[in-house]
Amino acid sequence: MIAVEVKNLVKNYGSIEAVKGISFNVNEGEIFGLIGPNGAGKTTVLRVVSTLLKINSGSVKILNYDMEKEADKIRKIISYLPEDAGAYKNLTGRAYLQFIANFFDPKQKEQMVQKGIEIAELGERIDDRVDTYSKGMMRRLLVGRALMINPKLAILDEPTSGLDVINAQEIRKLIKNTAKKGTTVLLSSHNMLEVEYLCERIALISDGRILEEGEPKTLMDKYKANNIEEVFMRVVQK
Amino acid sequence: MSGLGNIIKKELKELLTPATFVPIIIVALIFGTMGGSIQGIQEQAKEKPIIGVINMDNGKLSYITTNILNTSTQVIFNSSYISDKQNGVDALKQKNGVALIIIPENFTKQILNGQQGQIEIYWIMKGSGLMDIISSSIFQSLIAYINTNISEELIQANSSINASFVLNPTQKIETTYLKDREFKGLSPDAIASMLSSQSILIPIVIMMIIIMAGSIVITSMALEKENKTLETLLTLPVNRTSIVTGKIVAAAIIGLLLSVIYMAGMSFYFQGLGMSSGTNIAQYGLTPTFQDYIIIGISLFVTLIAGLALCMLIGTFAKSYKSAQTLTFPITMLALIPMFITMFADYDTLPFALKIFTFAIPFSHPMIAPRALIFHDYITVIGGIVYVLIFAIITISIVVWIFKTDRLLVGSTRMKKLKGQLSKFKKF
Repeated sequence: MIAVEVKNLVKNYGSIEAVKGISFNVNEGEIFGLIGPNGAGKTTVLRVVSTLLKINSGSVKILNYDMEKEADKIRKIISYLPEDAGAYKNLTGRAYLQFIANFFDPKQKEQMVQKGIEIAELGERIDDRVDTYSKGMMRRLLVGRALMINPKLAILDEPTSGLDVINAQEIRKLIKNTAKKGTTVLLSSHNMLEVEYLCERIALISDGRILEEGEPKTLMDKYKANNIEEVFMRVVQK
Repeated sequence: MSGLGNIIKKELKELLTPATFVPIIIVALIFGTMGGSIQGIQEQAKEKPIIGVINMDNGKLSYITTNILNTSTQVIFNSSYISDKQNGVDALKQKNGVALIIIPENFTKQILNGQQGQIEIYWIMKGSGLMDIISSSIFQSLIAYINTNISEELIQANSSINASFVLNPTQKIETTYLKDREFKGLSPDAIASMLSSQSILIPIVIMMIIIMAGSIVITSMALEKENKTLETLLTLPVNRTSIVTGKIVAAAIIGLLLSVIYMAGMSFYFQGLGMSSGTNIAQYGLTPTFQDYIIIGISLFVTLIAGLALCMLIGTFAKSYKSAQTLTFPITMLALIPMFITMFADYDTLPFALKIFTFAIPFSHPMIAPRALIFHDYITVIGGIVYVLIFAIITISIVVWIFKTDRLLVGSTRMKKLKGQLSKFKKF
């Protein structure tokens, strides 16, 4: 089953064309990566899929729910992690997770919070105020927040942004495990190695257009490249 | 360019923003308007008060009195019959008169016999604001001048006269007409003073509630953007109306809590200054009834919601905590203007244009309500509540609409278009 269906998506900011007719599908349970340089349109696509932005033309469907008509239903089954997201600074990590869990099934609230705490791995610091957290701790809390609700679709914008190597690797493992349990993951990243490790399929975006799409290995073979970074350079130069 | 020049250029570029200048321009305009109003008051103070005189006494002392009145005032009604009293009051009401003076027939005789001569004064008070008693205050000083002249006359005629009597040869018997009500034994100054606790305390408290709760909402919106929590919030399964309402209600609760604390402090302050309402207000029917307090409460609640919705709307433009501080300025001004107006003037006696302007500011209504209700002006108060309610509904609808669009996250696309066009124009 297709989890995300994007057809001819166009998104403009005034006179600026951020996304110029993008189409792609993400299968259920798959980890799909959007790769591209800064300003390519990755974040815009993720913001559209997460119901934050209205589209100018085209269509977006999440598990058969139409983005424009059924955004409320979509919000119940997705979880979005913005690249530079923060949390409410006056709350403790635990209180923040509880605040988020309150929006979902009350019967599963405690379970969700517990899962969030486990993912965040903050130990006793989970009961400290968020404004005392380091960047890495904050990111782990936010990843915990995004994945604790067992979303059908997790939209992760640069999930390991700002994390050190150890923390980044833990998060990547976590994302892989989440997908194995049935969650579809749509993510963006600058880190080509990360994408190669995580994603089953990728789309290379540049200047608001998808230039190439497929499995990382297939693309490396097609472009006779040693890694995705080389693939990307060859695709852009083509 | 030198290092210093470069730094100055950069600093000027950063500081020369509309956010820096617009508040100052507004303050300058307000001070200009206030200056104009003060000039108007000064001109009003220079004008001779319009009065009416019923003189039933033919003695020397009443002659002195009427002579001073004819020289220093504009007498538009003259009679020597007490039966003309109502005609005199009506004539003065029509021509913005201040008072009708009645000198009884035995005025001179009584004083010469060592008894205080009575002067009956029927004050015509149009409004209960401090500005409304300017003319009557001028006339009060004229009465004191008459007293002095009579004293001089008595001393010249008999130097051994009783000192305490000669210093106070007349006695005022005052009645004030205010908005179809008659207050026996009260002068306009006394009424204005009685109402001063309401006209000062209530507007200040309302202004503080609005500013405090308003800045909470604007700052909350700014912090949602600055801390990057807004994007997450908007992707959660909660409708936009709940987000907007939740923020407004929470700020209203905090605003009300803060105002209770503030009001307690203020009432102690005014008690210390001797400006508390005292018991006389109730005796003269100058306090709101229980029903009036409920209406004032409704007016305050609706205004708070409207104000917070407006703050929420302004808050959608805030990008950071710093910009939120600047954006609270329009709200502060909108709360301060009606506060000053209602502190110094009666809404009823304002010039028409100023009346419309005051009515249009939603924050004016709970400030106008207490005094209007005392004088049973339910149309103004209920009309105000309806207006503010409509204002609140429209503003909340606009805010919810903004929350449903991209504007909250990406700003106005029209502005982006305009900036794009401007940058193209600059290239040429």
